Amino acid sequence: MSRIHVATRINGDATEFLCAPEETLLDALRNRLGLTGSKEGCGTGDCGACSVVLNGRLVCSCLVLAAEAEGAEIETIEGMAEGESLHPLQRAFIDHAALQCGICTPGILIAARELLKRNPAPSDEEVRYWLAGNLCRCTGYDKIVRAVQAAAAEMREG
Amino acid sequence: MRYLAPRTADDAVAALLAEKGPTRILAGGTDVLVQMRSGAVEPDLIVDIKRIPGLDRITREDGGWRIGAAVPNAALGEDRDLRASWAGVVEAANLIGSTQVQGRATMVGNLCNGSPAADSVPALVAAEAVARIHGPDGTRDCPVAEIPAGPGKTTLKKGEIVTSLFLPARPRRSGDAYLRFIPRTEMDIAVASAAVSVELDAHGRIVRARVALGAVAPTVLVAEEAAAILTGTQGEDDVLERMAEACRAICRPIDDKRGTVEFRRSVAGTLAKRAARIALQRAGGQS
Repeated sequence: MSRIHVATRINGDATEFLCAPEETLLDALRNRLGLTGSKEGCGTGDCGACSVVLNGRLVCSCLVLAAEAEGAEIETIEGMAEGESLHPLQRAFIDHAALQCGICTPGILIAARELLKRNPAPSDEEVRYWLAGNLCRCTGYDKIVRAVQAAAAEMREG
Repeated sequence: MRYLAPRTADDAVAALLAEKGPTRILAGGTDVLVQMRSGAVEPDLIVDIKRIPGLDRITREDGGWRIGAAVPNAALGEDRDLRASWAGVVEAANLIGSTQVQGRATMVGNLCNGSPAADSVPALVAAEAVARIHGPDGTRDCPVAEIPAGPGKTTLKKGEIVTSLFLPARPRRSGDAYLRFIPRTEMDIAVASAAVSVELDAHGRIVRARVALGAVAPTVLVAEEAAAILTGTQGEDDVLERMAEACRAICRPIDDKRGTVEFRRSVAGTLAKRAARIALQRAGGQS
């Protein structure tokens, strides 16, 4: 089977890889590029654990072919902290214990960051609707919503 | 499997025609990739149409809107003019799936996937949207209502690609709405749905109406009698009741775990009534 050469930018870095035609972006990130922060929960776009930003849009990387990443800008959880300095959302998730097993956390953090970019002061309901595609089987979501709101408040204060 | 991302619609058509095995057109991929993973489809060729110039754009044309086949549904909600004129279509498209799905899924994909429960399709049909199709014989325009042929089936021929949808210009006093029933508040598939589009005269009288029903037959239904009942009225309560009954009369739903025949039929009429009220309000009329 012929491999496809893909040149893309991930978290600002020019990246190249070879992939199979049917390979998903999630598999390429995890298995070829060692970016294992994005998780596979369902593989069918229901759970959001594989959420990444593709050309400015929040997507499930399990529903993107790796070959589609040619020329794209991709942002993953690995690019969220700046060096040792965690993103306010990451700190708020720790402070509010908004995770237990942690499998859904990278996807939720990426999704929440995209929400706050578009809406710096969301209502709880808006947070819940925006994150409806990110399933968490541990927390019951309440702590997640509180953590997102705490981070949003901190980010609004600058 | 091969993956191609042609730069022109003609190249895409040629690639689809030349392939003897199963093929799939890839836009947002939110249905195709799920079907591939489950083994429901095993294409020999995937043609990604997102590299074809212009397909990722919403452009104004003759006072209306041309929406490229690669425009994600999230982009529809971000277009203020489109949302103001075709609120029902945009709402329907934006109901599909999660934020992540909205970032990828397209209305053309929703149409060509052929689900009887596709949310955007009844709204497009009520809007009298027209699909532009590129194919082996050139380009043709086809009403959206004529594309679904049954669950998972369309009337598109081999090598044909829907490259855009056209939503017509809106007169001043017009409005549309789409409602669906799901047992939850989000992230579900319509058990029954209804879309209504109306145009009013200066006295608030309906001069043109179109009603479409989803998930109550193998394909979207155009409720012609229901629309005729609305026409010439101001959408008074008794008119809406008769319109709802006319909707229920044409439903041919299935019984499944999501809803019974009786439930779907009853709900479809009620949704049509409520959607008509919203469409009338948006058009500036009573109700």
